[in-house]
Amino acid sequence: MPHYRTTLGGEQHRFDTLAEVMAKATPARSGDALAGVIAETDVDRVAAQMVLADLPLDLFLTEALVPYETDDVTRLILDSHDAAAFAPVAHMTVGQFRDWLLSDAATPSVLRALAPGLTPEMIAAVSKLMRNRDLISVARKVEVVTAFRSTLGLPGRMGSRLQPNHPADDLRGIAASVLDGLSFAVGDAVIGINPATDNIPTAMSLLHMLDELIGTYAIPTQSCVLTHVTNSIEIIERGAPLDLVFQSVAGTQAANEGFGVTLPLLAEARDAALSLNRGTVGRNVMYFETGQGSALSADAHHGIDQQTLEARAYAVCRAFDPLLVNTVVGFIGPEYLFDGKEIIRAGLEDHFCGKLLGLPMGVDVCYTNHAEADQNDMDVLMTLLAAARAHFLIAVPGADDIMLNYQSLSFHDIAYLRNALGLKAAPEFEEWLVAMGLVDSSGLLVESGAGAQRLLERAP
Amino acid sequence: MSDIAKDPWARLRAATPARIALGRSGAGLPTQANLAFQFAHARARDAVHSALDVDRLVADLGDLPVIRTRSAVPDRASYLRRPDLGRTLAEGEAAHLPCSPCDVLFVIADGLSAAAVQAHAAPVIHATLLRLKGLTCGPIVIAEQARVAIGDQIGTAIGARLTVLLVGERPGLTVADSLGAYLTFGPKPGTRDSARNCLSNIHGQGGMSHDRAADKIAWLARAALKLGLTGTGLKEDADVSPLLPD
Repeated sequence: MPHYRTTLGGEQHRFDTLAEVMAKATPARSGDALAGVIAETDVDRVAAQMVLADLPLDLFLTEALVPYETDDVTRLILDSHDAAAFAPVAHMTVGQFRDWLLSDAATPSVLRALAPGLTPEMIAAVSKLMRNRDLISVARKVEVVTAFRSTLGLPGRMGSRLQPNHPADDLRGIAASVLDGLSFAVGDAVIGINPATDNIPTAMSLLHMLDELIGTYAIPTQSCVLTHVTNSIEIIERGAPLDLVFQSVAGTQAANEGFGVTLPLLAEARDAALSLNRGTVGRNVMYFETGQGSALSADAHHGIDQQTLEARAYAVCRAFDPLLVNTVVGFIGPEYLFDGKEIIRAGLEDHFCGKLLGLPMGVDVCYTNHAEADQNDMDVLMTLLAAARAHFLIAVPGADDIMLNYQSLSFHDIAYLRNALGLKAAPEFEEWLVAMGLVDSSGLLVESGAGAQRLLERAP
Repeated sequence: MSDIAKDPWARLRAATPARIALGRSGAGLPTQANLAFQFAHARARDAVHSALDVDRLVADLGDLPVIRTRSAVPDRASYLRRPDLGRTLAEGEAAHLPCSPCDVLFVIADGLSAAAVQAHAAPVIHATLLRLKGLTCGPIVIAEQARVAIGDQIGTAIGARLTVLLVGERPGLTVADSLGAYLTFGPKPGTRDSARNCLSNIHGQGGMSHDRAADKIAWLARAALKLGLTGTGLKEDADVSPLLPD
């Protein structure tokens, strides 16, 4: 077994495995403490970072952190690796790769071409050597464009998911929240409902309602009911108007089994959704959610730190050409990300890793009431993510999700970010907002409320 | 003039407890709405740290036989950081559970909201028992400082074919007393979450009523016992087949 070691301040630091180097180099968080893989001291963490900085990037192609033989996510990562795309950085150490990513040589087009040559472990490794501002400055250079009925990820734009959940899946209650969100120019990425129960008839009635609403107002956006992938397949068979297939995914085969998901099942669902041919400007039909800690939560972490496992989940997403991917960063609770500081760091890491791997990466900027965090922490994270050019952010009425019992962003927050940073909605959606009189030609919400009035007149 | 004629948003506001039609100050929340949010968050934070009044819960369960137990968690702060301990019985507790094989075993876990368990666990159990005629039910187990998976260890010890675990869900801003129900066929330690069926949002502020929850739990319980499974293989289809399966 190879040893990884360095001498720091006269003290020898030794790490037995690559997994141990990765885990101990990770900025501190409660989930790694829970898993027993965290650095014991701050100096031990820096020592691990120094060892990591000197490791060759291509080591990750020969040394699998999770065994190739027993894990289909590892097989997916290594079997689909594009050596030609990797060539420009193949000779670098992790530390040199960080310097190069920050340099002007790493342009948007260079980074886009590089993505198929990068593995999640390489990107996770370099992220551990980066400060928050590094994660932002590199991620904002990456352009990822996806489309269904709206085109997302274009320069100067930031998408938003309108999340109109209701504790009893009440159709009128959900419609009311949708109209409120539309009046704030939210919903160009997706109007996505988390149903209160995994019930096929309910999911179908929600899909019919959204389809009718999108049709009535001719909104260039897509709908999604975030139910299990097996339900979506059955819903397609029963003939309901399904735009996007949703699934939560994780970074190991065992954790995905915990979600009741396999790679062939995801492929089957994607084929089924594509067969409906419901997109108008694009054919990205998948929507994935992820989050640090999901593998440990399913007791399927293999002694790997949660941030590296999260990056591996992006390899699963990448294989299915999604419209949207987001980390639900603060949702899982304080045992994985304890406070605002850990949530902010993780949100930036996840966004960076997803983007560099070529994903349409968004974030649910959120926290639960048992975490040491509040809306001020979310204000910081959303502003940083908008600066990092996130694909989309999630918003709910008044930042309060009354079904899932946690806090995300409010519709107001999306308006704030667009105003403060000069960002617009997706072009097709933007055109619709202007035609409805909801925003003016510069993308600002119209004061008069006439547009909102127009929405309400045709309310179901 | 009615409120609805004066304010077109009033009709929509009446349709959902969500914080819609708040108005705006520029792109920000108006002061009153902002303060109302801060108050709700402060209240939810307080709810997370409140304790279950077990004696009152036992009284609400009336004549039903009750067994009390607890997880390996020493205090609330550890509960938040150590979910593994909340899923495990405290040392020696498993030995105190009687082996009494049954079709259905109800387990009550305080979870993240003692208020939810206090308000809804007993009524949901009473209502569900009326709908489970013909099946054998074990004693009601009350587990303190407990998470969902503790039901697997309890179900194994008692010898239940199916556990119905009721747990306090994490408090939200609007609702701090929402109850969840998890059904697990063949409970044993290590059971995956995909092998459970879950009902959430059982509460009185726009959520699922006690009777509706009891209908669904009873339908799922009978279907699970008939099919020999719970989880993603058992679709909750009570709305299309209101009649209970035989």
